[in-house]
Amino acid sequence: MQLVAVLMDGIIYSSWLFLAAVGLTLIYGVMKIVNVTHGSFYALGAYAAASLAGAWIAKGYPPMLSYAVLVGAALLVTVVAAPLLERGLLRFMYAKDEVVIMLATYALFLVLEDVIKLIWGVDPYFIAEPYGMMGSFEVGGLTYPTYNLVIVGAALAAAAGIAWVLQKTRVGRLLITVIHDPEVSRAMGVNVDRFFLVTFTCGSALAALAGALTAPTVSVVPGLGVDIIVLSFAVVVIGGLGSLPGAALGAVIVGTVRSVSVHYAPQFELFIIYAVMAAVLAFRPRGLFSAPEARKI
Amino acid sequence: MSGGRVGLVAGIACAAAVVAGPFLPPWALFLVTIALGKGLVVLGLMLFLRAGLVSFGQALFYCLGAYAGGGIGRFFGISDIFLVLAAGGLVGGLVGWLLGFLLARYRAIFFGLLSLAMSMILYGVLVKNEALGSTDGFNVLHSTFLGWRPSNEWVRYATLLVALGTCAAAALLVERLLRTPLGRLLPALKDNEIRVEYMGASARRAIHVIYVVAAVLAGIGGALVGATVGHIDPEMAFWTMSGEFIFIAILAGTGSVLAPFLGAIVFGAIHTVAFDLSPNTWQMSLGIALLLVIVFLPEGVWSLFTRRRGA
Repeated sequence: MQLVAVLMDGIIYSSWLFLAAVGLTLIYGVMKIVNVTHGSFYALGAYAAASLAGAWIAKGYPPMLSYAVLVGAALLVTVVAAPLLERGLLRFMYAKDEVVIMLATYALFLVLEDVIKLIWGVDPYFIAEPYGMMGSFEVGGLTYPTYNLVIVGAALAAAAGIAWVLQKTRVGRLLITVIHDPEVSRAMGVNVDRFFLVTFTCGSALAALAGALTAPTVSVVPGLGVDIIVLSFAVVVIGGLGSLPGAALGAVIVGTVRSVSVHYAPQFELFIIYAVMAAVLAFRPRGLFSAPEARKI
Repeated sequence: MSGGRVGLVAGIACAAAVVAGPFLPPWALFLVTIALGKGLVVLGLMLFLRAGLVSFGQALFYCLGAYAGGGIGRFFGISDIFLVLAAGGLVGGLVGWLLGFLLARYRAIFFGLLSLAMSMILYGVLVKNEALGSTDGFNVLHSTFLGWRPSNEWVRYATLLVALGTCAAAALLVERLLRTPLGRLLPALKDNEIRVEYMGASARRAIHVIYVVAAVLAGIGGALVGATVGHIDPEMAFWTMSGEFIFIAILAGTGSVLAPFLGAIVFGAIHTVAFDLSPNTWQMSLGIALLLVIVFLPEGVWSLFTRRRGA
């Protein structure tokens, strides 16, 4: 019986992790930026969703549409903030070292933490209606909130959507050339700057979406983005930075390991995630799905 | 800056603090001592930066040092500041030596991320460990100095003097290390590691050595901060702590072994003033300061001095 619980929790947690982390690997794959502001967008999404959906329900509008408000809020806040950061600041950093760009995003993360506090204050936001409204379902005698299926569905949709865009559309094929070699792509007439802008916005939107969908299940408080960053790092590093199948595998590994640990050895819950990350890096220094890199002499 | 000048500047700074210390308010002594402790950690990071490496997990050794220093008080009743610092350095160095075998094989972003994982492992262990106070941590014993137990008014001053002596010694030793063949190898590693290997030097060995040195420094720094604050908790191993150290390292620059201490004091000043003026936006001030340094002072605050001299 406990096995069913472990399996269910593993699936739910893995889906949530994938949704939270996939944007990070997308941005790294295309732009080679380890983007610390990922956590800020997660928090921005959560705050925007909690406040807008809260206002929506308080006004007495149809509560069934509050799910659309959650998603809309996440997209809205990203479309405003992400291009501003990319065009306004990050693009001037591209010539610098990978580590320096990461530090710049860390600086932006610090700034955004306080911007969030200035906009939304320091009091917690609760928006439980979308979570409670759906009721619950039973698996093997255990009750689960139906809302969890929304997270699983969103993760699957995100994975399928990204795979479809990359492999079946013209834009996706062009993006693969940019990933492979931005300079040659530019020489061939690809507008690399626009691809960077769109990738940064889409990657951040995924983080904001994860935040928005998580908002109904937690209390939205300052510092929300701090934990999600290292967790996302763990997921994408295990899979291999920049690899989409890697992010999926990393999410499944971390999700399963955590679920097993929570049920059988709760004192190792946090420790085990990073132990797995360290173990994977010890044997596959660039993660499980990673291409070998040419050495420069 | 030559070794002699480092000694001179460090000596003047120490003398100034010895004379001015008794007249300064306790909070100022406290801030400077904390800054010196963090400066020790950043001194180690500076060695990494010279070799082109960035560790996102130096809080691992900082926290280990603090727990080792606090632990000998908690479990054996030892409160002598010199033994506390030695315990911090020893445990930091030992763990650093062991981890170094693994970490010395990593470069660029992967070195940073693996060290991040290591520090988060320690965090994960500490928050669930009841014997060490889990998330609350525990209080550290009132420091004694070779059997002397100063009153509350004098303990800050005495700790500051010990901190100054430790930092001056550490700065001079690292300065000497940078002048050895191994120290000269670090910028070469940053430049082109494969050429270094062709010349017959071992990149892995050099990185292992600086890894241990940085771990010892961070361990001592952690023990010092723990003894000064009087309380330690697992947050000392959290990734935001490592972020703070990198912040100071970038702020300071790698121009001199004294730069990390200057950087830590500047950081402490920005932090204190920003927090005092606006408690809800101090992180923003820090973030903006970091961005400004990255864009306008890529060599750090220390370059303000060297640049003027060169002109």
